[in-house]
Amino acid sequence: MSRIGVFICHCGENISRTVDVERVARDVGRLPGVAFSTDYKYMCSDPGQTLLKKTIQEQKLSHVVVAACSPRMHEKTFRKAVEAAGLNPFLCEMANIREHCSWVHENIEEATIKATEIVGMMVERVKKNRVLPTITVPVTKRSLVIGGGIAGIQAALDIADAGHEVVLVEREPSIGGHMAQLSETFPTLDCSQCIMTPKMVDVANHPKIKLYTYSEIELVEGYIGNFQVTIKKKARSVNEDTCTGCGVCMTKCPQKKIPNKFDQNIGMRTAIYIPFPQAVPNTPVIDRENCTKFKTGKCGVCQKVCGPGAVDFEQEDSLIVEPVGAIVVATGFDLYTIDEKPKGSPIKGYGEFGHGKIADVIDGMTFERLASASGPTGGKILRPSDGKEPKQIVFIQCIGSRAREKGISYCSKVCCMYTAKHTMLYHHKVHGGQAYVFFMDARTPGKSYDEFWRRAIEEEDAVYIRGMVSRLYQKGDKIVVMGSDIAVGVQVEIEADMVVLATAIQPQKGADLLAQKLGISYDKYNFYSEAHAKLRPVECATAGIYLAGACQGPKDIPETVSQASAAAAKVMTLFSKDQLEREPIVARVREAGCVGCFACKKVCAYGAVEEKEIRDRQGNLIKVVAYVNPGVCAGCGTCQATCPSKCVELDGYTDEQVIAMIEAL
Amino acid sequence: MHLAQQQHTFEPKIFAFVCTWCTYAGADLAGTSRMQYPSNVRVLKFPCTGRIDPVFILKAFQQGADGVLVSGCHPGDCHYIAGNFHARRRFAVFRKLLEFVGVDLNRLQFSWVSAAEGGKWVEVVTDLTEKVRNMGPMTEFKELAMEEQWSGAINTPELKEAYNAI
Repeated sequence: MSRIGVFICHCGENISRTVDVERVARDVGRLPGVAFSTDYKYMCSDPGQTLLKKTIQEQKLSHVVVAACSPRMHEKTFRKAVEAAGLNPFLCEMANIREHCSWVHENIEEATIKATEIVGMMVERVKKNRVLPTITVPVTKRSLVIGGGIAGIQAALDIADAGHEVVLVEREPSIGGHMAQLSETFPTLDCSQCIMTPKMVDVANHPKIKLYTYSEIELVEGYIGNFQVTIKKKARSVNEDTCTGCGVCMTKCPQKKIPNKFDQNIGMRTAIYIPFPQAVPNTPVIDRENCTKFKTGKCGVCQKVCGPGAVDFEQEDSLIVEPVGAIVVATGFDLYTIDEKPKGSPIKGYGEFGHGKIADVIDGMTFERLASASGPTGGKILRPSDGKEPKQIVFIQCIGSRAREKGISYCSKVCCMYTAKHTMLYHHKVHGGQAYVFFMDARTPGKSYDEFWRRAIEEEDAVYIRGMVSRLYQKGDKIVVMGSDIAVGVQVEIEADMVVLATAIQPQKGADLLAQKLGISYDKYNFYSEAHAKLRPVECATAGIYLAGACQGPKDIPETVSQASAAAAKVMTLFSKDQLEREPIVARVREAGCVGCFACKKVCAYGAVEEKEIRDRQGNLIKVVAYVNPGVCAGCGTCQATCPSKCVELDGYTDEQVIAMIEAL
Repeated sequence: MHLAQQQHTFEPKIFAFVCTWCTYAGADLAGTSRMQYPSNVRVLKFPCTGRIDPVFILKAFQQGADGVLVSGCHPGDCHYIAGNFHARRRFAVFRKLLEFVGVDLNRLQFSWVSAAEGGKWVEVVTDLTEKVRNMGPMTEFKELAMEEQWSGAINTPELKEAYNAI
């Protein structure tokens, strides 16, 4: 007979406000098999856990049910406590009476009845729980970092400096990401390239970092400590080993008028190109869509002029498999594009602002390229339409951000600060020019941030107008900006030479597809979800995968770097042990009943089911049965639901346990 | 709202079989967001919808469930790569069987609720509760199960015939 102990948590008042916890403890105490039941203010607190441990020993409890918050929150905590008291941790179950009961119901009677039933259900379940030994698996002490922006670079350097190998994968031909595109950075106005490029070089030279640029993640298999990642290395058409980076090919290439994405399409590049002069690696890529050789078969100038003979038109995409133990996802952000919206996207554009139609209406990133010393204008602020210096410039904030009616309700966090920076850069570069900013609120939390914004207004002559813009239109070579000043309550009309839109931050395109490959979750905007908003902000719910930077939500550089280092620290924690303990929630085959139909093998997405021969003592084959490799099994249980003879069981979710739960209700 | 609820003469029993990664987390989110929904639902957590055996649904009806909800990750978002696809296919077939047996399919709902969709969870649960409430209690399976339990053995000519044929 089991001696079950039930512990009902008040969670301060969170549960006890709507659930009569004493009554639940009393009613549950009468269930067969329950030897002890009590309620306590905070079960997860130190005294609460001590009470749990003491009671297990004093009452000689065989199983434990803790009725408190979601098991996603504290299951580990209580299982650890139970283990410390000498019980197998898997003989402890949690009944969720907070998220699924007290917080979602107001009626005390209803909530109390429901809580009693939930606890009763878990009591029946725990009776059928079996002792499960923990499974240890070896850890591959190599890490994969996806994305070579500042987040990925920081994480890769931190992990590599700790002595572990890092595989860094970047989709573009060079690492650097968006930070390499920026001109100067707030709040110190130091040049982005000056602080970024040395880090890029560090990555390239680091003996522990294996860099794959112009590559994408094709497939991710395995689990924490033992991932197998297939990387697609796209054909560069230039041999990385022999290319010296002299750049002759680029000077000779006849195709010179291809818009450079790195320069927000206002600068031009050749068909064989590096995106920017400080690119790492300094090996060009042939853009096959625009190359004359690939389009017509004639040309090949780059190949002829290349001294080391590195240009290779025959190169093909290759697939490389890398074993890693941990993955840091740092895919960063993309800017909200105002004009084109993918079909079926809930996010709407801003047709009224004429972006894409009026040449001198640009976004913030384009302004960064104009202001950058390495940009297409050499750092001069010039209008894209006629190359004239704009004497009046209007910045409009919150384009896309905080606009529920347009589909995005979040704040992009960095725009207030970078717009203040833009007004300063403009003031420094265009003497006698006037900058106007239309804003809703200025959000400047951060060290020295508010001082920076005040400086833009007080010392750098930016005029801030609180209100939004309703319409923009071209009038001659001017752009008329019509907006409102709600502080004064008047309509404002400004004839501007140039308009800069502070567009919202969105996750990278294809972020959802990558998440599906990794098996991690994402929110409705495609930002990746952390395991816990406050307490586990860099981990994914999927073990062994960590997040860094703007792929998880809008972030500025300091925050991104902090998160990247935090993710690296998590990876190092994982790598500090040779063996990893994993949850023993794996499937097991009852060989006596298995008929060897291998339906389980067909449905197993992990290839965990193997064929096992059973022989008698003489070595004659009796039958072939299924065998589940516990190291590979992920514990989904699809095999169990599929097995026609019910001979494979998922520990922790056996039919017995489930039926016991259903029968309890 | 409570007054309105207390006026009902029939409170349906709803079982929800959910996966731990998406829908359970979505239901948790509904909790942390303090959304309100009818208290009729009892949640059973599974690692994946792929683990949910159709037998559990039959068992739930036998235990007196008036409605059953099965919910997991959106197609393509499965934490276990493809478990929800297996579940989807399995339940498509299972629905046919239930229909053949004569169960009103409105009592059984399949949906996808992600970890970020606390609001959708509330909507799905509330809708199903209201729908089942209007349909009234489901007694057939429960009565059969009771009969089986109390009669000791099932003794029908058809079964005997089938038994002899083996």
